[in-house]
Amino acid sequence: MWSLLQIELYKISRRPRTYIAFAAIMAIVLIFQFAFKADGQSYMNLMLQNVQDNFEIDRSKAINGYFMCYIILNTLLVQVPILVALIAGDAISGEANMGTLRLLLTKPVSRTKIILVKFIASFIFTIVLLIWMAIFALLVSMFVFGIDDMLIFRVKGDESQIMQITKDDVLWRYIAAFAYAAVALTVIAAMAILMSVFAENSIGPIVATVCIVIFFTIVSNLNVPIIDKNVKPYLFTSYLVGWKGFFYINANADGQPIKGSIENWPAIRNSLCILIGHIIIMLGIAVAAFNKKDILS
Amino acid sequence: MNPIVEVKNLSKSYKEVDAVRNLSFSVNSGDVYGFLGQNGAGKSTTIRMLMTLIAPTEGTINIFGKTLHNHRNEILSRIGAVIEKPDVYKYLSAYDNLKLFAKISGVKPTRQMLMQQLEMVGLDQRWNSKVSTFSQGMKQRLGIAIALVHNPALIILDEPTNGLDPQGIADIRNLILNLSKLHGKTIIVSSHLLSEIELIANRMIIIHKGEKIVEGDVQELLDPSKNIVQIETTNNEAAKQIIALSNFTEEVKQSHQHLHMQMNKNRVPDLIKYLSDKNVAIISVQSKHSLEDYFLNLTKSN
Repeated sequence: MWSLLQIELYKISRRPRTYIAFAAIMAIVLIFQFAFKADGQSYMNLMLQNVQDNFEIDRSKAINGYFMCYIILNTLLVQVPILVALIAGDAISGEANMGTLRLLLTKPVSRTKIILVKFIASFIFTIVLLIWMAIFALLVSMFVFGIDDMLIFRVKGDESQIMQITKDDVLWRYIAAFAYAAVALTVIAAMAILMSVFAENSIGPIVATVCIVIFFTIVSNLNVPIIDKNVKPYLFTSYLVGWKGFFYINANADGQPIKGSIENWPAIRNSLCILIGHIIIMLGIAVAAFNKKDILS
Repeated sequence: MNPIVEVKNLSKSYKEVDAVRNLSFSVNSGDVYGFLGQNGAGKSTTIRMLMTLIAPTEGTINIFGKTLHNHRNEILSRIGAVIEKPDVYKYLSAYDNLKLFAKISGVKPTRQMLMQQLEMVGLDQRWNSKVSTFSQGMKQRLGIAIALVHNPALIILDEPTNGLDPQGIADIRNLILNLSKLHGKTIIVSSHLLSEIELIANRMIIIHKGEKIVEGDVQELLDPSKNIVQIETTNNEAAKQIIALSNFTEEVKQSHQHLHMQMNKNRVPDLIKYLSDKNVAIISVQSKHSLEDYFLNLTKSN
């Protein structure tokens, strides 16, 4: 298994398309950082328009490395599934398209093992992609913008809120958020691999995965009571942004944030369980379908 | 002789199409076994079933004395195959492809071993070139090197000379003969060219529309004194049983409306009389001069 995984990672590392994802993330993050360095204050003023007047903020320190990372993650974690689908969607169908699947399956390796290895390789790719993102979005932002208390803008019901997290209480939340994002993106990888089993070229599974993510995300964001109750709980996209929960903190009776607290840990835990459930189900279907598939390519 | 491959009553159906029908054959240790049939006859489907790429609808496959279905990995570790086009990773070099597939085959490759393998197929000078720069012939040779890298006892080559120039065809032919004679490998080679099979195989099978037409020693099958006789009767099932119990031929095959058998042409009148005596009326009898003519006619008719 380890030897197969090494081979799979080697193959991924030798494909030029792998590096598109890394280049795209780097470019987007650097553009964000440049824009906020040049005129971040305008954005901050816009965000603070709707906030109550009695909240005192030192606006010069509000745009810092932690805040920047939060803004970047908010934007990028919607796009990154596409990058994950680009690799995972190619896992089986790319081999079928090249004709190498035929050769691979004449070797003494079970089909289940091949799917699992490709899934683990896609998972590792996702982790490396997130580490890459953490380096640019968090570490580079900390270096460029400095470190200070972090402001979180949040819309809860009809009202806008601002929460302030002290700078010594932020880093662990990012580690937890990136770990959560890894699980969420692994759902995308499992889905792309499942699609990949049924296709003979890479484009189909990649496009299908992206379309499903977009469609489900739109449904997840609809504010219709019947959908809220009957549809959203079953869509994995409803839980993709659950990482934000690590930045929603409890306040004491005086309205002061409680250091180290998480507002709704059970909801995060529940979301993680649902995401992991999706991974297991999709991977299970992929293994069963691949084992029954006639290789005609 | 010890059969290495035993296929019994193998069938594969796709919705309304029967790609392979009730096919049985055996390959003995040390054979170069020709798998002959025109395009679409069911050769590749059968070979894919031997390599577990396609699941049979019915039938059993035993290789090295074990059931393929139950001992897949153990059996495949002793087989090397090139199925149709020798597709490999184009973005990797010949050396890297060979190393990668050696590892997947369970071999711990050394540089010396891989270079020897590449030298055997004449690719040692291009070991570090990306496969995307290779000609079809070079890819075919690399495919064969990959098939041989784990020193398999059984080698399966599906149309190995397709797309090759005359020199390439000769090289592959010599390689197959060397593998058989010098290394004692058992080899199954499929082709749609009888002339090609005739040059390299000692035993062969001809399949047509997914069914076996004839199987046996190449020299015997191509014996010009023996004809292929094709008969249509009012009751082919009964005729088949009656002929099978007689001494006119060793094997009777049934396909569609006809019975086929290899026999001495001088005995055809006796066969007709024999069937008439058993109350089986003959509708038509056709005698082909030789297996080659018969195969050419099959090819022409399609």
